[in-house]
Amino acid sequence: MRFLRVDMNGLKAVVEEVPEKYRQLAGRGLTSRLVCDEVPATAHPLGPKAKLFIAPGAVAGTSAPSSARVSVGGKSPLTWGIKEANAGTPVAQYLARLGLKAIIIEGEPKEPGKYWTLVVTKDGAEFVPADEQTGKGLYEVYRGLKERHPTAGFIACGPAAEARMAMAGVCFSDTDGRPSRYSGRGGLGAVMAAKGLKLIVVDPAGTSPVVATNQELFKAGQAKLVEAILTHGVTKPGGTLNTYGTAALINALNEAGGLPTRNFSSGRFEGAAKISGERMAEIVKERGGVGMMGQGCHPGCTIRCSNIYPKPDGTELVSCIEYESDWALGANCGIDDLDAIAEMIWHCNDLGIDTIECGVTIGVAMEAGLKKFGDAAGALALIDEIRKNTALGRILGQGAAFTGRAFGVVRVPTVKGQGMPAYEPRAVKGIGVTYITSPMGADHTAGYTIAPEILAVGGKADPLSPAGKADLSGAFQDTTAFIDMSGYCLFIAFPILDIASGFEGMVETVNAVLGTSFAAGDVAKFGGEIVKWERQFNRAAGMTAAHDRPPEFMRYEKCPPHNQVYDVTDEDLDRIAGV
Amino acid sequence: MVKVHVYLYASLRQFHAGAGSADGAEAEAPDGTSIAGLYALLGIPAEEVKQAFINGRQRDPNYLLRDGDRVGVFPPIAGG
Ligand code: SF4
Repeated sequence: MRFLRVDMNGLKAVVEEVPEKYRQLAGRGLTSRLVCDEVPATAHPLGPKAKLFIAPGAVAGTSAPSSARVSVGGKSPLTWGIKEANAGTPVAQYLARLGLKAIIIEGEPKEPGKYWTLVVTKDGAEFVPADEQTGKGLYEVYRGLKERHPTAGFIACGPAAEARMAMAGVCFSDTDGRPSRYSGRGGLGAVMAAKGLKLIVVDPAGTSPVVATNQELFKAGQAKLVEAILTHGVTKPGGTLNTYGTAALINALNEAGGLPTRNFSSGRFEGAAKISGERMAEIVKERGGVGMMGQGCHPGCTIRCSNIYPKPDGTELVSCIEYESDWALGANCGIDDLDAIAEMIWHCNDLGIDTIECGVTIGVAMEAGLKKFGDAAGALALIDEIRKNTALGRILGQGAAFTGRAFGVVRVPTVKGQGMPAYEPRAVKGIGVTYITSPMGADHTAGYTIAPEILAVGGKADPLSPAGKADLSGAFQDTTAFIDMSGYCLFIAFPILDIASGFEGMVETVNAVLGTSFAAGDVAKFGGEIVKWERQFNRAAGMTAAHDRPPEFMRYEKCPPHNQVYDVTDEDLDRIAGV
Repeated sequence: MVKVHVYLYASLRQFHAGAGSADGAEAEAPDGTSIAGLYALLGIPAEEVKQAFINGRQRDPNYLLRDGDRVGVFPPIAGG
């Protein structure tokens, strides 16, 4: 395995042997270690000292199930702390097949405003000008690329990144070459653009799937994991993820009173049924055509939680509508129209922006009175401001916290400058701890306590009680950091939290590839190490305990229907977030 | 008798047309009916149920229904 070190100043891409200290790292473990080692904590995220790291997870490219995750790391222009954002995409598999443990992008481009494409094949890497793709929407860009490089996958930043917007993500292609799989959070797309790198074409032609060093151990682990995925209620074929997608959560969170509505002013949305996974599945069936539920984000996933949402005439509107995007651009903006939500997601994909940050920002803009809650046309008009790169668009493009400041809004649901995802912390206290204490800023995937608090998976915990929630979130954050290193989709956490042999299988496959000897009990310990590195980076970047706090309004404003404030104590938060 | 409003979600919707619709359905049950008793009354196979929320709170199958309760019933679900 090798590093590909890309110097955007000299336009050189050099293959390096992986130094010993990085050999047993991958995914988030590797990107976060590299950020700590190679990026000064006080560097400007868009400046010459900033770098971007792209690393497939440990088992990506092997035959392990649901294992095509790739991590992107850097210093975030949204939070100004460390950032790792991962995506499920065939590109993760392609990078691994090419023997690349990480791509490291560094150096200040010589010519401001000039963008390049890096074409990576088994024979090496070369630069070509990206003039043709610059300023264009990503659907058009990816269509053209697919014609020219039919066997390749793509990594790109969109027009919003070219405008250095802090909600710009790094976009990966899906199985059909769409610009739909995002390392969306934290503005890493803008970091890529600031390097003058518009696109990476990753062509695995002539390579073979990755074979684990210890094939016997790998096979044994794989069998256990597959068995767990196929038997667990939520991941088995025909289970809810497969049939209704992740948006099955809309009704669940709504029933639990934890579906943030109209910029986090309520935990219930009267229009929930209209934007639910159940309704989506009905529409897909009614409209037929290319519409489908149960799509996979890469070959080799049996869970297949994605979808293709059709227009009334059966042609494609967008792929895919995830719970988070559905909520952010739906309930959070008071919008109950799935077609409008789908259209907004298409625009986000095309512009290269994070749907969560976009929805939270529109919610704040609606709070500021720029548009009325529920006004779908108004929300689309705001996204159009981003597209046109107007002064308002540039404010919105910097995210919810920035927009809140620009318009004097007090109710701004962010932590460390990053918009909160689709769970109301005042109704689900543990996920609040994750939002508040994760080094990533408000991020549900960093420690998904929703599993025990709402879904009764991996135990049961009363969502409204603050008791024990700091420790619950802390344990989830540590374990998650390991899974984010493994290359597995986080959704394997559901079966392996309940089925011990599945958990063992996950660890064994990682050991078989990395040459490590982790026991099941080491997972949280090693994951905790990764989180510690990340917290140390944030401290060195100037973050203090004051950054590990909920938005103040959540401490005094009661959220209906449970009418609770956020009541996990500062002491508890400090205990988890302390370095 | 107690009157409750029942919503069935995801794969449970097939077991009761009214409660499985977007608007849910009113159901009447004798005083002292538990959640489990309600499943029997509506013909919902209990083994398909993962959990129920009553007025936004997770409750055990032996919880006794009260007049005006909002009942949301789910099979195993996940997402993120
Ligand atoms: S469960 Fe969904 S996100 Fe995860 S690997 Fe499968 S299709 Fe991709």
